[in-house]
Amino acid sequence: MDVTYLLILLFAGALATYFSGDKLASKVALLFGVASFGLSVYLLRLFQDGESIDVITSWITRPNIYFALKADGLSLAMLLLTTALTPIIILSGLGNDFKNAKAIYALILFMSFAMVGTFLASDGLLYYIFWELSLIPIYFIALLWGNGDAEERKKAVVKFFIYTFAGSLFMLVAFVYLYGQAGSLLLTDLYRLQLSDKEQCWIFGAFFLAYAIKIPLIPFHTWQAKVYQKAPTVGTMLLSGIMLKMGLYSVIRWQLPIAPHAAKQYMPVLLGLGIAGVIYGSIVALRQKDLKKLLAYSSLAHVGLIAAGCYTLTMDGLRGAVLQMIAHGFVVVGLFFAAEIIFRRYETRTIADMGGIRSQTPKFTSMFMILVLASVALPSTFNFVGEFMVLFSLAHVNVVWPILGGTTIILGAYYMLRMFQHVMLGDTNAKVFKDVSFNEGLVMVLIVAVLFFFGLYPKPITDLVTPSLEAILAQINR
Amino acid sequence: MNTLIAIIGLGVLCLLFEILNWRKALVPATILGLLAILGLTASEFGLEASYYHNMIVVNKFASAFSGLFIILTIFLVALSHNFYQNHQTKLSDFIAIKIFLLSGAVAMVSFGNLAMFFLGIEVLSIALYILAASSRLSLKSNEAGMKYFLMGSFASGIILFGICLIYGAMGSFDVIEISELSSSAELPVWFPIGIILVTIGMLFKIAAVPFHFWAPDVYEGAPSLTTATMSTLAKVVAMATLYKLLTVLNADISPAFQMIVVVVSIASMTVGNIMALRQSNVKRMLAFSGISHAGFMLMTLLSASIAAASLLYYAAAYALAGIAAFSVIIYVCRNRDNEDLTNFHGLGKTNPLLAAILTGALLSMAGIPIFSGFFAKLILFNQAIQAGHLILVIAAVVNSIISVGYYFKLILAMYTKEANQERSGTPVLIYAVAVISLLLNIALGLYPSLVLDLLG
Repeated sequence: MDVTYLLILLFAGALATYFSGDKLASKVALLFGVASFGLSVYLLRLFQDGESIDVITSWITRPNIYFALKADGLSLAMLLLTTALTPIIILSGLGNDFKNAKAIYALILFMSFAMVGTFLASDGLLYYIFWELSLIPIYFIALLWGNGDAEERKKAVVKFFIYTFAGSLFMLVAFVYLYGQAGSLLLTDLYRLQLSDKEQCWIFGAFFLAYAIKIPLIPFHTWQAKVYQKAPTVGTMLLSGIMLKMGLYSVIRWQLPIAPHAAKQYMPVLLGLGIAGVIYGSIVALRQKDLKKLLAYSSLAHVGLIAAGCYTLTMDGLRGAVLQMIAHGFVVVGLFFAAEIIFRRYETRTIADMGGIRSQTPKFTSMFMILVLASVALPSTFNFVGEFMVLFSLAHVNVVWPILGGTTIILGAYYMLRMFQHVMLGDTNAKVFKDVSFNEGLVMVLIVAVLFFFGLYPKPITDLVTPSLEAILAQINR
Repeated sequence: MNTLIAIIGLGVLCLLFEILNWRKALVPATILGLLAILGLTASEFGLEASYYHNMIVVNKFASAFSGLFIILTIFLVALSHNFYQNHQTKLSDFIAIKIFLLSGAVAMVSFGNLAMFFLGIEVLSIALYILAASSRLSLKSNEAGMKYFLMGSFASGIILFGICLIYGAMGSFDVIEISELSSSAELPVWFPIGIILVTIGMLFKIAAVPFHFWAPDVYEGAPSLTTATMSTLAKVVAMATLYKLLTVLNADISPAFQMIVVVVSIASMTVGNIMALRQSNVKRMLAFSGISHAGFMLMTLLSASIAAASLLYYAAAYALAGIAAFSVIIYVCRNRDNEDLTNFHGLGKTNPLLAAILTGALLSMAGIPIFSGFFAKLILFNQAIQAGHLILVIAAVVNSIISVGYYFKLILAMYTKEANQERSGTPVLIYAVAVISLLLNIALGLYPSLVLDLLG
């Protein structure tokens, strides 16, 4: 049993979904989503029992490329995040009546396939292929099932595609150069390379373009808010919940260990960009009138902090970043889903048109409240653990950073609670708010349960990722 | 040699079919014949032989490229069935011309003598002149044929002049003798001049900047199937020939010449891509995209001694994507008098399969992974960086980004606009060509070694 079976399962799931017809598609997709989560839990058990679940075979002889998939604790954590969120996202889509449903559900599974591949690949070219492959389904999901004016949406989505594609191509050039130096693109060979400082700067810069656009970091974030707003909610969830974690994961896995000197040299700049994203995102979020856009900017603030955590190059920073990646993945999916639940009933995303929902649906209100509090990192939620570790690691570098970065908690509490107040509280709305359906409730409960469980007991995840992060850190400080 | 003879025999047979009134069996019989010839070529792969005092030299390079040309011709012949539906009486002529064109192409990659090289070029070019003007009553087609003929014969003249100068310098048409002389003795000044003139002529044939002006007009005016032939088969043939010519005539290309190649390559990519952004006619857009791809293929000349495999791979990837794209264009634009972008509106809804194939073909041309276009570019970049041309690679990367702009314009038109016309009928052969060529393209992407190891 190795990790290829998971890839095959997801790909087969995408095909089966497409050929099952519009009526059955969502159920087939859900089945495959749950099955892939089950399989990844099984793989995790195998990994913990010390069995090898890696694959490596020669793929192309000239140039020398391997089909190499390697699972360590970090990869498995991201894998579980992906396969856990995929069925949740599919489940959340059940309430929508998608046109051409077979295609969108197949694309969701295909996207999940590509992202799982990205998290597992340990050959540069294979990694790049999965990285690019994940772009195509989200492009079509956002383009074809999105909302709002078609022309504007088209512009936003094409901008997103060209931005990310451009960034990735520079990463490709870096890989081609590395291939010339190492003679192979296997991660182990790349780790062994001794690059001069100048080379490292260029390589680091090329990777940085790709990742800073994907994450996104200031000033490469301009595609983000529009795409989050225009994409259908399942697309926004895929983008914010999993896809941007690809960028953060790649920073830890590829960028830092291959070019550590450059990372050390430019640390103040990198931390500055991350923290600037925190402050900028929070301030812009304050002024948003559209619920989805507000969540998009809050997401920008959070990933800025996560990126800053990665670039501290400390154990706490990396571990906090990974925890926060997972926590943010769940929270943001939950928040976007809450926005979608409201949209299904009120047909609006403008905050001013909402209000007075609380008295009509107390259950939904309390779950939404928990999500909001988790998003602002209230202690005992999962987000608190990660955010605390990241801020702690920033303090090691320079105490100014956590002071600036801490604004994410203060400003975040301000704009999130204000949003909650305007959306949910106030005089009872004249429009009837139908109570949440079973499916909707299930999604919310699952997410809230995960956030609380790991908030109180994060040990399983820290135990899982710590050894691999230690190995990466040793590589960085070699 | 057997391949060449068999192809010419098949061409004559095509003409006989008309006389014997077996027109219905023509397309299937030709495809079967070409498949048999492909098998013959494959079975002889690896055998090195020369015929008629080195007039024809068959080696791995020649066989591999001949195989690619035959595959492309099979697709083009298969498309003819539907394309010439309203010109049944001329069907055998058109198909015979395509087969003769193929014979010219094969001669061009297996020449051992400059005379044979020129003969090959002329056979190929004359066949293309006829095909460009083959829509007799259309003014645009006539214009395209005339333009192509005037410009093409001018280029042929330049090539011939170059060959004469080379002969004058070396006293021989035989390429092996010429290459031996070129490395030993002090060279007369006309030898490099001759090489440059021949190169210019070939750059004209592959439509590289600044010899590209004919391409958009001719591509737009010529019947779609001829455009498909020109932009896939003819371009690839000319590129392979230029590569072979430069490698056999003077193996180590001088730095000054390399500089020219770099400049032409960057100019072709950039001009092609930027002009393509502004086109609303799909054939014209693909013409400019072809110019930029010619720029990419020229990169192989910089590491000429080792780049044969990557040229073959790029050529195969580009041509297969081109065939897939053109078969969709032929389907969408039958019965229309233009190939404007508006014809493609809503194809994603009315005909999802063909829309998906065109999307795949365009993604391959843009260089998105898993399609072979990606690996083609990757391997080129790799070789160019190893040869020390980082600037060229960066220019190529920037151009790849630009190219996404216009490829996606077409994809957007198919998926986001509402359909403005009914499309009916499912011509089996067009579907088959589109599906098979794209599948081949993806297969090459999954197993690049299949092609790359042919020319080790």
